[in-house]
Amino acid sequence: MDAEKAITKVQELVYEIKVNQVMVTDVITVSPHNLMSELRVLLHDKRISGVPVVEGTTLVGLVSIEDFVKCLSEGKMNNLVRDRMSRDVITLYDDEPLVRAVQEFDRRGYGRFPVISRENGALVGVITKGDIIRGLLKRIEIDYHEEEIHRYRASYFFEDIIADKTTLIFQYKVTGKDFSRAGRTSSGLKKTLRRMGIPPKIIRRIAIATYEAEMNIVVFTDGGEITAQVTPREIRVEAVDSGPGIPDIKKAMEPGFSTAPDWVRDLGFGAGMGLTNIRKCADTMHLESTVGKGTRLEIAVQLNGAVKHDSGDHH
Amino acid sequence: MTLATIIENLGLEVKSASGDLTHEITGAYVSDLLSDVMANSKEGQLWVTLQVHPNIVAVATLKDLAGIILVNGREAEKETIERAEEEKIPLMTTRLATFQLAGKLYGLLGEC
Repeated sequence: MDAEKAITKVQELVYEIKVNQVMVTDVITVSPHNLMSELRVLLHDKRISGVPVVEGTTLVGLVSIEDFVKCLSEGKMNNLVRDRMSRDVITLYDDEPLVRAVQEFDRRGYGRFPVISRENGALVGVITKGDIIRGLLKRIEIDYHEEEIHRYRASYFFEDIIADKTTLIFQYKVTGKDFSRAGRTSSGLKKTLRRMGIPPKIIRRIAIATYEAEMNIVVFTDGGEITAQVTPREIRVEAVDSGPGIPDIKKAMEPGFSTAPDWVRDLGFGAGMGLTNIRKCADTMHLESTVGKGTRLEIAVQLNGAVKHDSGDHH
Repeated sequence: MTLATIIENLGLEVKSASGDLTHEITGAYVSDLLSDVMANSKEGQLWVTLQVHPNIVAVATLKDLAGIILVNGREAEKETIERAEEEKIPLMTTRLATFQLAGKLYGLLGEC
């Protein structure tokens, strides 16, 4: 990130972030009826340079360390806060953008501003320059972190592993007939692959194929298992169930052919496009099934220089 | 055009907005067949459907869709809304039927 770009990003953020997102809400306040001598502990222990003076919820003034020192040198520590505080306090509204706060800090040179609610004028927080810097850094860190994840490629992930042969295995249980949980496996696998930095195009193909395989298990069987194997070269997904099996695989592969019951179709499933979708997404596809025993589907997507060849590898 | 602008223009009721409403919408896809959406919708599109069960959120997540609009005044199932919140998929409803909504959306987005 070059300096010019960094400045632009910060400028963008000070317009975007609101005062109430970075201010401190746990505010220490004093009552106008407190004695100045009571401030000593507060200013010293909390190491703050100024305290808002509040009556009820309303901000009535601000008493600073300068007021305290002056009071001390005059030997009038039994004065009330009310008589020593400054009354014309510059405040910020909680819903203003940070840029307003930055301007006020520049203009006034104060260390802190009380923040009041635009709705009812109550004191809701205090903002310091430190809060602004922390807020900006936190936001930049989040943005940077996202960018970093984005850059992190599968190749690096595997480069960190020292072995002659590496295979990562992710296993998922799929519950049959449970439409409320359906889709969890493919979503989970997708998130996992994304975290590994697999290219999004590859992830999308795996996600679609896995989703269709998952839905087949949910719709037609009492459950099964999906296993994904990731190597530096390819991603292999295997879906196995002990369901009714497919009597005629060739027919099942035809687009639009479906044996799904009506209630399943009403939900938008069972359009007879599942296996077609899977074949379109996979580099290789292997489907075997025995009626009464179950079905096993295996697909693979190549990771490097992926050339998709429709081998029609099903039997 | 952002999703927020579309929501305002079409008077959509927002059911879940934990996702990004400032997203630039590149187009839309209209279908009630989940496999069809899986096969033919594109990343960043809005999806118009009358299906209301939780699985629509899974489909939208897997295809990186920008949001789902439920037509015909259909109410999303409770779990659908929960999942949309969780997965940050914006979920909207409208009283309009598919044809009217798609027409208006086309008017806003054009042929994309």
